[in-house]
Amino acid sequence: MIAALLRRDLGLLVPGGRDGGGILPLLFFLAVAMLYPFAVGPDAQLLARTGGGVIWVAALLAAILPLEKLVAGDLEAGVFDQLHLRGISEEWAMASRLLAHWLAFAPLLLLATLPAAALLGLDADTTRTVLLGLLAGTPGLAAVGLAVAALTASLRGGAALAGLMVIPLAVPILIFGAGALGRPDPAALLLTAAISLGLCAVTPFIAGAALRAAREA
Amino acid sequence: MQARLVAKDIACRRGERLLFRRLSFACEAGEAIHVVGANGVGKSSLIRILAGLLRPFAGAVERTGAAGLVDERLALDTNLALGQALAFWERIDGCRDPGRALELLQLEPLMDVPVRYLSTGQKKRAALARLLNRDCPIWLLDEPLNGLDSQAQTAFETLIARHCAAGGVAIAASHQPIALPAPAIIDLAEYAA
Repeated sequence: MIAALLRRDLGLLVPGGRDGGGILPLLFFLAVAMLYPFAVGPDAQLLARTGGGVIWVAALLAAILPLEKLVAGDLEAGVFDQLHLRGISEEWAMASRLLAHWLAFAPLLLLATLPAAALLGLDADTTRTVLLGLLAGTPGLAAVGLAVAALTASLRGGAALAGLMVIPLAVPILIFGAGALGRPDPAALLLTAAISLGLCAVTPFIAGAALRAAREA
Repeated sequence: MQARLVAKDIACRRGERLLFRRLSFACEAGEAIHVVGANGVGKSSLIRILAGLLRPFAGAVERTGAAGLVDERLALDTNLALGQALAFWERIDGCRDPGRALELLQLEPLMDVPVRYLSTGQKKRAALARLLNRDCPIWLLDEPLNGLDSQAQTAFETLIARHCAAGGVAIAASHQPIALPAPAIIDLAEYAA
């Protein structure tokens, strides 16, 4: 049953899936990496020093783009009601969606980090730290995004509000994830991973409670 | 296990308004209830309370057996072909013989049509097919005849009769006449606060 749920969620969210648009966050991410050198000029040293941070900001902003279709459509269509009647709790539905959201968004983002690092002229060590940081941080970004998407799903103009709400909640991930760039030891990476794990653990419960509250509204 | 649905002294509040109160009934296996009342009197809310999707403001609902719901929300992926959209729920429900419901509701010619191109009545038939595929003893129907042509209405009324004869329970909120087997009629206006 959960496998069927995950399969549908992936079909909904993976780029090239049924609703289209899944590739947009990726293009947005690459566009930022491409525009940055135009904006600050061709100073290779400056680009290399600040490029890691730019990639992090771009990743965070790209994570906001898919929020709109993450929960609201299914809530409107009554999918979660029908699942509830079949004994699949909102928490399970949200756990499955969290996994699907991360799978649809993070692996491709990590892949796109390579051309982005090349555009910004990052060296191999920095690129590796960025990749590891994103690997540790994207589950947390996905979790924050899903929780906020569920909380705002029943509101008018919820998508725009969701984008604004994600930013402050994602700041800890950004601080430690991008902070790893300036340190030789892996402490910041580990902290990023710890924050991500914590967020992933609580998000199905937050998002599930939000869906139930939306019924009473 | 005998299907049974009991409402004990339930009241419903939406926002600041108390819609109805002190509503009690027991629907035993094989029985059907037709809920009537004007728009906004709380028919849909009652169906959602009975389904366990809304908390009653007061009172309690006891269900023996799984409940299936058909309301105005389709819960099918509109970009998929009808066959694929229904297949998801067949997998969730572990349905082994989806063909029977499709035949009864004459949906077979529509299986390749994307759900968003279906007419209102065809969408309603798709929702009813999902209900049939699930094989649950308690049917909760919110305006089940909306959009159905007279032929499909008769077909569905026959299905309800068969469902009740097999020991099922059916509760339909409908502002239009619906032929249920020996229905008890609940007029929500009598329970208005």
